[in-house]
Amino acid sequence: MGIMASRVLGLCAALLCLTACQRETRALTGEAPRRSETPSGQQMAGGGLAPPPVDPAGAAFEGVAFEISEGQRYYDWYNCYGCHAAGGGDIGPALMDDEWRYGSSIAQIRASIADGRPNGMPAFRDKIPDRQLWQIAAYVRSMSGRADKLAASSRTDDMRTTPPTNQARPGPEQSDTSGGEVRR
Amino acid sequence: MIRRITRLAPCLALAGCAGVQSALDPASDQASSVFGIWSLMLWICGVMYALVLAFLAAAIWKARHRLSGPPIAEGQKSPADRPLTRVLTGWVGLTVVGLLVLTFGSFLVDRQLALADQKNAQTIKITANQWWWKVEYDDPVPGRRFVTANELHLPVDRPARIELEAGDVIHSFWVPNLGGKQDLIPGRTNRLLVTPRRVGLFRGQCAEFCGLQHAWMALDVTVEPQTAFAAWAEAQRRAPAPPSTPEALRGRDVFIGAACNSCHQVTGQPAQGQTGPDLTHMASRPSLAAGARPYSRQALDEWLRDPQALKPGNHMPLVATRADERAALVAYLDTLK
Repeated sequence: MGIMASRVLGLCAALLCLTACQRETRALTGEAPRRSETPSGQQMAGGGLAPPPVDPAGAAFEGVAFEISEGQRYYDWYNCYGCHAAGGGDIGPALMDDEWRYGSSIAQIRASIADGRPNGMPAFRDKIPDRQLWQIAAYVRSMSGRADKLAASSRTDDMRTTPPTNQARPGPEQSDTSGGEVRR
Repeated sequence: MIRRITRLAPCLALAGCAGVQSALDPASDQASSVFGIWSLMLWICGVMYALVLAFLAAAIWKARHRLSGPPIAEGQKSPADRPLTRVLTGWVGLTVVGLLVLTFGSFLVDRQLALADQKNAQTIKITANQWWWKVEYDDPVPGRRFVTANELHLPVDRPARIELEAGDVIHSFWVPNLGGKQDLIPGRTNRLLVTPRRVGLFRGQCAEFCGLQHAWMALDVTVEPQTAFAAWAEAQRRAPAPPSTPEALRGRDVFIGAACNSCHQVTGQPAQGQTGPDLTHMASRPSLAAGARPYSRQALDEWLRDPQALKPGNHMPLVATRADERAALVAYLDTLK
């Protein structure tokens, strides 16, 4: 191969590397996306109607590294640690396992944080702005390995107590949205 | 015209030396010491630079006029050898003396900074966060401690022992008129001693890149007479007067009912959030959002309408409020003096 050809190839390779620089675009606007408010019609454990498992608004947060890491920050700031510890659970249920009493989709997790759930989960609807609710939900999902591995955080801001979220492997989801007895 | 510009230029350059954020206009013992060694360095390096250029010019000029000398035979010394050795010895001597003076001067300044008088020092803890400063005034009596944000008041002629910590990433504390830079590093406490000697308003700035809004991480520093400082500190310890107008009362309800108190603290109100700046006396501070805007009701309204528009990427979220709720909120926050 001629020197010229190898130079051109080298330049092409360098240009190709540059395309990796743009990972994602941060959405810095303050507005949170509109939500769909129609409940699924399914009864939830503990009473009430289950939120819809899919919400188009969630797509902007799910699997986006910036939103997940912001959620990680707010998980600390709003003291989710107080009950759920670093995800292993304490007086609140564990968040890094595969048991999802109220559904594991980002919209369902957001609804659980916003509306509160029986047995002690408070409603944070008026205390946490909507955008941050989505970000926290995105982070909570990543705790059990349900977020894109390329987006989930590989390190925590504080001393590490759990395996990195981008190494967690999700198992089959066990959820109970049938309205039956609360499993324990 | 050109002559006028050439005359104006040095004046303009000098104007950059004074001001609220300049290391060349020292207002404390420490900044004066650093300014001293800076001036010494400027003079020594400036004189050396001028000498080197003059020597170079002389060498070129001489070489041009002496190229026509007789050729030098092999084994014979050039007539230029002896003066060259003499001159080079002179240069080495000059360099050694210059460096010795600088080393000794730097040692003296270091000593001066390390051995500064700490008697009767006021201890202040500053925690840097993305992108604001938390300022805590320590006191032996716990009830007399108080917290403020993005502003630092110092009494003149009294040393201040500033303890520097960071809440998230590495920042750097730098008030050029009062002293050198000192990094704030998560997990450790750095200390900086400042003894202000001149009353005035100064501007501090984060001097270590710390993220998107590094540029808007300023600190308003006020050096004031001891009595004025004591009065200010006493006012800071008191809770602000409760709101009296109907609009301000409504604003307080919005503040407590919405997400504001999840992060912010107002003494005397059920607002004890710890992650955002303390707002107890926010309306008495010179600026908003760590120097992003001078404080005014209008700027406050603009900030609350969308904090991300004014300072993109900062951690103050948009809290959805209606226009009338926001007006009430502004009326309430404006009473926090």
